[in-house]
Amino acid sequence: MTIEFRGVTKRYGGGAAAVDELSLTVPDGSMTVFVGPSGCGKTTSLRMVNRMVEPTDGDVLLDGRNVRDIDPAELRRGIGYVIQHAGLFPHRTVLGNIATVPMLSGWSRRSARRRAGELLDTVGLPAELGSRYPAQLSGGQQQRVGVARALAADPPVLLMDEPFSAVDPVVREGLQDELLDLQRRLGKTIVFVTHDIDEAVRLGDRVAVLRVGGRLAQYGTPADVLRHPVDDFVAEFVGKDRGYRGLSFLSAGALEVGEVVTVEIGSVPGESGEWRLAIDDERRPRGWLAPGSTVDGSLAEADLVAGGSLYRRGTSLRGALDAALSSPASLGVVVDDDGAAVGVVTARHVLDVIERHPASATATSRTARA
Amino acid sequence: MIAETVAWFGDAANWSGPGGVPARVLEHVGYVALALAIALVIAVPFGLLVGHTGRGAVLLVGAGNIVRALPTLGVVTLFFLLLAESTPAAVVGLVVLAVPPVMAGTYAGVQSVDAHVVDAASGVGMRGMQRLWQVEVPIALPMVLGGVRNAVLQLVATAAVAAYVGLGGLGRYLMDGLAILDYAEVVAGAVLTAALAVVLDLLLAGLQRIVVPRGVRLAELTRSKGPA
Repeated sequence: MTIEFRGVTKRYGGGAAAVDELSLTVPDGSMTVFVGPSGCGKTTSLRMVNRMVEPTDGDVLLDGRNVRDIDPAELRRGIGYVIQHAGLFPHRTVLGNIATVPMLSGWSRRSARRRAGELLDTVGLPAELGSRYPAQLSGGQQQRVGVARALAADPPVLLMDEPFSAVDPVVREGLQDELLDLQRRLGKTIVFVTHDIDEAVRLGDRVAVLRVGGRLAQYGTPADVLRHPVDDFVAEFVGKDRGYRGLSFLSAGALEVGEVVTVEIGSVPGESGEWRLAIDDERRPRGWLAPGSTVDGSLAEADLVAGGSLYRRGTSLRGALDAALSSPASLGVVVDDDGAAVGVVTARHVLDVIERHPASATATSRTARA
Repeated sequence: MIAETVAWFGDAANWSGPGGVPARVLEHVGYVALALAIALVIAVPFGLLVGHTGRGAVLLVGAGNIVRALPTLGVVTLFFLLLAESTPAAVVGLVVLAVPPVMAGTYAGVQSVDAHVVDAASGVGMRGMQRLWQVEVPIALPMVLGGVRNAVLQLVATAAVAAYVGLGGLGRYLMDGLAILDYAEVVAGAVLTAALAVVLDLLLAGLQRIVVPRGVRLAELTRSKGPA
């Protein structure tokens, strides 16, 4: 379902505009992220799609149909809605929460709960959580239930208002990955609001940068916004690290994986003057054995120096550079899809690839993420 | 004095007939129950309306405070003079006393529902009444019942004024005892009133455990312990 904002303005009282003449189209099946500093009207814009806020002027159209012509409650039941603190109903179980919209839409209790059970699985929660109450869940689990509740009636459109900003960074990254995965499988049209430019470029097929006063500053692909900011405001907002962030969109096709000496946990390593990568019996990296270190008997985890981040083969160059820079041996460990070590890269080599292949920067965000 | 009070309780004559303890307790509970029922009918819808719409809160709180400031005995006397009938005068006085805590509890309960939860309820497509009954009321129940318990405590204590306009209830022992300077009877009346208040409050606490949804109780626990 396509979402079109056509000259949408929102003014509270007689004051300054919260959203000013917003016009943009979110294509069917894609994710657009509204990003900007607080007071830029991003949440207000999102809330005008499901009529939680009514525009002062202009129209919001869903597949060409003006939302003004649709009864608000009916409209909202057809649009998934996820908010910052999940907003789960504390008196309902997880299953009861997820079944809310199907029940409102007149499904039988049994089919609504069966559907809720399926959705637990969709958002990666174990079935036994279904009978728990929101107060018994972690923040990340609550957000997943929030997403499941939004998906329950299989709406074509999802509105997500800073859904991950209240969870800790590690959990947030996991949730972002799952959202991307979900989006690949379900193909919803999503409007996502965040103040975090990293989150915006990570998730969006398109990014809409809004400035204070509710004016659209730039609308384009993340790579586009990072590489060609239209003005100083956008350049400053996307930040000093934007070159580094842009690496997220550089495919790593030309990256050559170097060899590294490995030692298996449990074996007797002997002596060596170079860094050696410790692996387990499935070749998964466990850490590094420092040059010149001696081991009494067989190698144990306690003998190792903790490793840096791992670089999964085929993902963006940003990960490769980070793996090299965070490794104690200055060698970024490259793993395959099963997590087994296949070799190493150096930061110098990654930089060489970046310099030699500026053209690879044109790779679309989709393939860079895959 | 203690010995005399014990003797009063030991006297079988005080436990039977229309002036006996069981009959007086029943009368007392009767006034409380009637006044509470009327107060609920008046106060709960108003509290829900104001809490749900967020309109009229200032008026509600102000009116509640004014009513609280009225001396109950004065109100009962006034209505006794106006109506020339004991029962309505006493009950009206008690209702006036019970309405503010119930209304305040109901309003505060609905008002205290997390704004994100209310937003989510509207956002998933609940209409106003669906949001009220499916979300706001269940979550507000602990505070609504808190208001009811407050009201009941005050009602039990104050229902003694019924005796002032010639009715029964435990206030009889206070009035009659004072009239004939039988302090054992006065103390017995006070002890019975206090005991009744405690018993009714315990019953309501039990009711609260039964009707408040489990998830709401859990949420209160997590809140008081801080986030998990």
